[in-house]
Amino acid sequence: MANSTSLHASDLAEQLQTLASELGVSRWDLGAACSTDTSVQVDRGEAKQLKGAQRSSITVRAWNGHGLVGITSTTDLSPAGLARALGGARDASAYGNPDDTPGFSPLATAPLAPLDQPLSEPRGILELLETLKQAEAELLGRHQAISTVPYNGLAQRSSQRIYLNSEGACREQQLSTASLYLYARAEEDGRKPRSSGAVRLAYGAEQLDVAGCIEEAAERTIQHLDYAPIATGHYTCVFSPEAFLDLIGAFSSLFNARAVLDGVSLSQRDSLGTQLAVPFLSIHDNGLHPGNIGATSFDGEGTPVARLPLVEGGFLRHFLHSEATARAFAVAPTGHAGLGAKVSVGPHWYEIGPAGSSDEQTGARGLDRFSQDGIVWIDSLSALHAGVKASQGSFSLPFDGWLIQGGEARSIEAATVAGDIRAVLKGLLGFEGEPKVTPDGVCPMVWVEGLSITGDA
Amino acid sequence: MLATPTPSLTASLTGDSLDNRWRDRLETVLAAGAAAGASLVEVFLESTDHIGLLAEQERITNVSPAFGRGAGLRVFLGDRDGFVSTNDLSEAGLLQALDQALGMLGLTRSNLGAHGFPGLASLRDHGASKENWLQHCPGLEESTARLLEATALLDHHGEHFQARRGSYARDWQEVLVAASDGTFARDIRLHQSVGINALAADGDHRASLGRRYGSSGRPDDLRQWDAQASAVDLCASARSMLYADYVDAGTYPVVLANRFGGVIFHEACGHLLETTQVERGTTPFADKVGDTIAHEAVTAVDEGLSDGAFGSLSMDDEGMEPERTVLIENGVLQRFLSDRAGELRTGHARTGSGRRQSHNFAAASRMRNTFIAAGPHSPEQLIGSVDRGLYCKSMGGGSVGPTGQFNFAVEEGYLIEDGQLTKPVKGATLIGEAKEVMPRISMCANDLELAAGFCGSVSGSIFVTVGQPHIKVDTITVGGR
Repeated sequence: MANSTSLHASDLAEQLQTLASELGVSRWDLGAACSTDTSVQVDRGEAKQLKGAQRSSITVRAWNGHGLVGITSTTDLSPAGLARALGGARDASAYGNPDDTPGFSPLATAPLAPLDQPLSEPRGILELLETLKQAEAELLGRHQAISTVPYNGLAQRSSQRIYLNSEGACREQQLSTASLYLYARAEEDGRKPRSSGAVRLAYGAEQLDVAGCIEEAAERTIQHLDYAPIATGHYTCVFSPEAFLDLIGAFSSLFNARAVLDGVSLSQRDSLGTQLAVPFLSIHDNGLHPGNIGATSFDGEGTPVARLPLVEGGFLRHFLHSEATARAFAVAPTGHAGLGAKVSVGPHWYEIGPAGSSDEQTGARGLDRFSQDGIVWIDSLSALHAGVKASQGSFSLPFDGWLIQGGEARSIEAATVAGDIRAVLKGLLGFEGEPKVTPDGVCPMVWVEGLSITGDA
Repeated sequence: MLATPTPSLTASLTGDSLDNRWRDRLETVLAAGAAAGASLVEVFLESTDHIGLLAEQERITNVSPAFGRGAGLRVFLGDRDGFVSTNDLSEAGLLQALDQALGMLGLTRSNLGAHGFPGLASLRDHGASKENWLQHCPGLEESTARLLEATALLDHHGEHFQARRGSYARDWQEVLVAASDGTFARDIRLHQSVGINALAADGDHRASLGRRYGSSGRPDDLRQWDAQASAVDLCASARSMLYADYVDAGTYPVVLANRFGGVIFHEACGHLLETTQVERGTTPFADKVGDTIAHEAVTAVDEGLSDGAFGSLSMDDEGMEPERTVLIENGVLQRFLSDRAGELRTGHARTGSGRRQSHNFAAASRMRNTFIAAGPHSPEQLIGSVDRGLYCKSMGGGSVGPTGQFNFAVEEGYLIEDGQLTKPVKGATLIGEAKEVMPRISMCANDLELAAGFCGSVSGSIFVTVGQPHIKVDTITVGGR
């Protein structure tokens, strides 16, 4: 893989060990990353912006004689920069939290699951530009109302990440990825502009499903051209896989041991084993799923990534852990940690679906959103950063979607959906269709009863 | 508090300044770019020193220093441009980045000299008077003590708190901008922000509230922060909101409080007055200069000059000194915010608004301190004019979509009934479109105040302020339960 800024793990380890000896640091670890990126954007047949970037960074942690940890990050990978970073981490360790000190993951040298991630040679930027120009032209040609594709981009990245520690752990992963997004704007005389789009990810630009992305962006945009306001009220809602994954992702603190320990999760330490959702819902975190483009094989502390059941048959089964939270819960780290003095925890990629194949494990069968009147089909949610109160469980979110009447779907002009995640999880009616692989996870369509919709009608 | 010595982590980069000593290297790069046929070459160098602190309950739980260096090179050929960022500031590294940027435009350094480069002008050094800012900031011992004081004050003044947090971030940045039109300018920036937040819980009732304060160019700001007043203010809000009912959805008149209420103008209208939106064709105001786009009560300004404000700067990230830009005057659209590329592509003159998060982003036209100007009324007059509506005392975040629709969460709201504030309500979201809402801002009060915030957009996350007096919007859709 062509990568002008590649790091050498063994050299880095040797440098750090020498510096650590000089600085009197006996226990340290390090996360490093470097990447080479190219990306293009176009505007009505012309190049809008062409970008390239070479980035490198390291984060170093050092433990002091009291067992407290400090951290420093830098983009300066020169010998002087590394020395400054390690010295900074050592100094910061004076402020380490004695109540919650991270340690090395006991799994930092455990075997990693193999990932099938082909490395692609990057394409020339002018080749990317040509591909995107053609994609934009095709999308503009799909409907006369599509006047621009104001948000678009084709990007590729070659990257490398490393985890090292003073006890000999040495993790390294190389990756190439590419992404395409097309977000079209359509406008008809006397009507408001409408907008929608699509995204595709792959391990290389040549593997991107460009045609599929154009098709989906066109279809979604055109489907919103004929719109009408919706009356405020309570509706049965059908979430698209993308929308439901976004909603679950916004409330991931439900499964986050760090948030539980910090008292900002809706879950408590003793919530494991309690009924969180309807009995036919299961949620797993599976960063190793082949649909997870860009999957990482180890987390920020070097712990292997693995599939983890979070909700099985509606019961909360496991939390996501770092080394420190796992120690607090007397379990093993789960491979969901970042790297810090206070280590963050986060999900990788969700698998959401029925708990099994029996009637009680699937919810209502044969659901078809076009067979009932007054169904709100939620295609995508917006502004999750603002409209979700994760620690309270409430959400109020703008969405794009359709109201189904008489077997026909008509786009909703502008509306929000509001509710409480606990009520949503216990108000699921069932699933529709096959699970769909998306950038954030895999999920079928999800039916939820009685959500509050605010509209303009 | 601490049993071990308490070293200071400031000034980790001293002695390695970005200054006139870079002239030769930069001129070599710029001359090479100009000789290759570029219309303009710009180099943005930066050096950063950041520290982030977190206090939870009675403990400091996170100290996160970070430092770095980098360069962003932008090459223009007509109105097209290529941009490359790198961490390698050696001459070879910069020339490699230049080659990559030239290649994006079909240029190479083997081209014959198509454009001359007269050399850089004398350095305009806005940073010369700011060299000691970093040293004058509070050290770790003082900073952490202030945060622990704040979380203790929350405990003292509040009830039912399940989590109490204080956070502090200090961002020091030294920048050097050089361009083949001779631009050569240096600045030092210092931004500090401090925040407190708390989660109150009582049975099934929960409320999470926060306050954030920020400044630029004031090393003493954390020392002068009134933690007591902040904690008392937040605790009063928490008491109101913990047992609040959800608001009923509907369409109401709304009175928005001053300070952070200005986030709505920032998101819903301000972004549409950046030339990046004109370039994209995503603003409904592109051809409306001179037209009435808002109620005559509305005058709106964006500037980078207010002393100590979070969005103030001595020069923008393209080396231009900022100006006071009147965007809307008495409802009539006056100006757009423009950067170098915006001027090239849309014809709107630069306003000192070219901003970027870091060297990893090309500059773009962005807001600085953006506010609706004060009007003649008192806040009480605005509230008194509403029979039944919503008072938004504190706003959460929000966003604006590609078709101009905006939405904002109301963090702390109260019903207005017969011209009086009555019971607290939660879960409200304000929804609308700038084009429709701006003419409905019918009253502005006389209590303009600014509030610090962060704005994420095409050139990354930047420091800004939003602001307004109390304003009344005659009708707006309120999402609720």
